[in-house]
Amino acid sequence: MPNVKLHYDIDGNDFTVAGQASSNLKKVLKQLGVSTEVIRKAAISMYEGEINTVIHGKGGAADVEISTDKLIITFTDHGPGIKDISQAMQEGFSTATDEARELGFGAGMGLPNMKKYSDALNISSVLGEGTTVEIIIHLT
Amino acid sequence: MEPNNTPLSHSVTLDKAKCKGCTACLKRCPTEAIRIRDGKAKILQDLCIDCGECIKVCPYHAKQAATDPFEDLQKYKYNIAVPAPTLYGQFHNLKDIDYVLNGLLAIGFDDVYEAAKGTEAITDLTLKLLAEGKLEKPVINSACPAVIRLISVRFPSLISHILPVVAPVEAAAMAARKEAVEKTGLSPEDIGVFFISPCAAKATTVQNPLGLKASPISGVLSMKSVYMKLLPALGKLSEIKPISTSSLEGISWARIGGEIKALSRGKCLSVDGIDNIISLFEEIEDDENLDIDFIEALSCTGGCVSGPLTVENGYVAKMRIVEIAKAQGKKDLPRTPIDLTDEELTWSEPIKYRNNMYLDEDFAVAMQKLEQIETIYRDLPQIDCGSCGSPTCKCLAEDIVRGYADEIECIHNLRKRLQSLQQEAE
Ligand SMILES: Nc1ncnc2c1ncn2[C@@H]1O[C@H](COP(=O)(O)OP(=O)(O)OP(=O)(O)O)[C@@H](O)[C@H]1O
Ligand code: SF4
Ligand SMILES: [Mg+2]
Repeated sequence: MPNVKLHYDIDGNDFTVAGQASSNLKKVLKQLGVSTEVIRKAAISMYEGEINTVIHGKGGAADVEISTDKLIITFTDHGPGIKDISQAMQEGFSTATDEARELGFGAGMGLPNMKKYSDALNISSVLGEGTTVEIIIHLT
Repeated sequence: MEPNNTPLSHSVTLDKAKCKGCTACLKRCPTEAIRIRDGKAKILQDLCIDCGECIKVCPYHAKQAATDPFEDLQKYKYNIAVPAPTLYGQFHNLKDIDYVLNGLLAIGFDDVYEAAKGTEAITDLTLKLLAEGKLEKPVINSACPAVIRLISVRFPSLISHILPVVAPVEAAAMAARKEAVEKTGLSPEDIGVFFISPCAAKATTVQNPLGLKASPISGVLSMKSVYMKLLPALGKLSEIKPISTSSLEGISWARIGGEIKALSRGKCLSVDGIDNIISLFEEIEDDENLDIDFIEALSCTGGCVSGPLTVENGYVAKMRIVEIAKAQGKKDLPRTPIDLTDEELTWSEPIKYRNNMYLDEDFAVAMQKLEQIETIYRDLPQIDCGSCGSPTCKCLAEDIVRGYADEIECIHNLRKRLQSLQQEAE
């Protein structure tokens, strides 16, 4: 089974580079001839995940695994962790700082959008240790 | 959405004798459509969007836009010049637009129809479509063909966001021909409608129309070449007939901000410069929550005033356009809307996605190729020097896998290999 793995480091100190991993992933998916619909789903999830990893997780990494039928994106960070995952999943819930809000983040829509545009979303988080968010998107 | 990959002809061409094979255009091309092969630049037709960046950046003026010769006027019985408003910004101390328009008559046109006249009807239709609320937001303007082509090769998910309305010059060309038919009694084919263009992408659009079955424009003359004819003629004008009826708003479309100024409603954003447009479009694809109604995107920095076929510095031209538009506004001319229906102004053909990136029809093979690209890339120096003739190391890796290049073409790796051979020999 062919399978492609991509790794992106996500710098926790720089808002402005957010979007680079997403842009690169979009290119790869186009090279593979994946449908526009799937690319759009992947782009939104990648971007929201990247930003959460920067602003909430204090930086970390995104790992992408593409196989013939699906795409798995895993965001890992060693930040503060999420206290209440079901609360974090609610539309509009946000703990974003004023600084992040000034830059247009903090609507509390990132995780709900990731859920909406993916086929599965799993979060595991330990307070004080970090968070792992896994997204699965079917290719067909 | 299925990709459409029928060949496309382009207006950007290379003068091989002038090309020195440097990396100026190679590094500047926003879609990585240029390679240097055998010491000369080569444009990959499938990837070119006609933005004209290479024309602007080439230090040896080896890149040109294939426009039509002035002699083409002889093909028609009656010729109309359709000047882009950018033309007005090319002259020093221009007292009135009418000088330029009379000048066009003096150099051989039978009539003039300002491209700026096309804008009013488009603004009206845009407002109507926005009010109906059926367009996908953010709506992206359709005035710049380089932007439409960019979307069709790089941003398939944004195709449905493009305003499905003709460009001002197309509206003006349609109206001009219609009026001329009435005025002269000639048949439409006998009327030559020539766009005086600052733009390479617009020249391509005549051969490969966007959103229309056929272009209403008969030919495209480069603004530079018309300027050379016009300049001496302007000094010799004996009388200046009042011709211009365009508006402040219409003329302002020559610069970035003009189109949304005319709309003056909603959350509108202007973006100029092809790289800025690419990064904005990336963000629009990614971010669901951007709250934007309308985007005015023009590939050239500052707008068409700095189009690749202009003479004057784009910033100077922009300043002059602001002045000229103001002066035109003061004339208080009656608004004379062009006589075209909404249907005539609306696109009849869809914009198709041209996926030129995919590596193989077969998904499994494409995956293998992607892995090969990564493997080759890891061995390259990753300094993107361009001496191999591909714009970046990543791009060379892709070219190798696609069969367009050899690994040997990396001189840094070649040197390393030679050094190790030498060591073995010693
Ligand atoms: N990696 C993470 N580490 C710690 N907390 C997180 C992480 N990801 C999300 N959270 C928490 O979940 C909340 C909701 O996240 P979500 O992405 O939905 O909204 P947001 O990031 O606050 O705002 P938006 O995504 O709309 O800009 C965040 O405010 C934060 O408290
Ligand atoms: S900004 Fe104007 S001149 Fe430049 S590519 Fe677009 S339409 Fe042509
Ligand atoms: Mg978020």
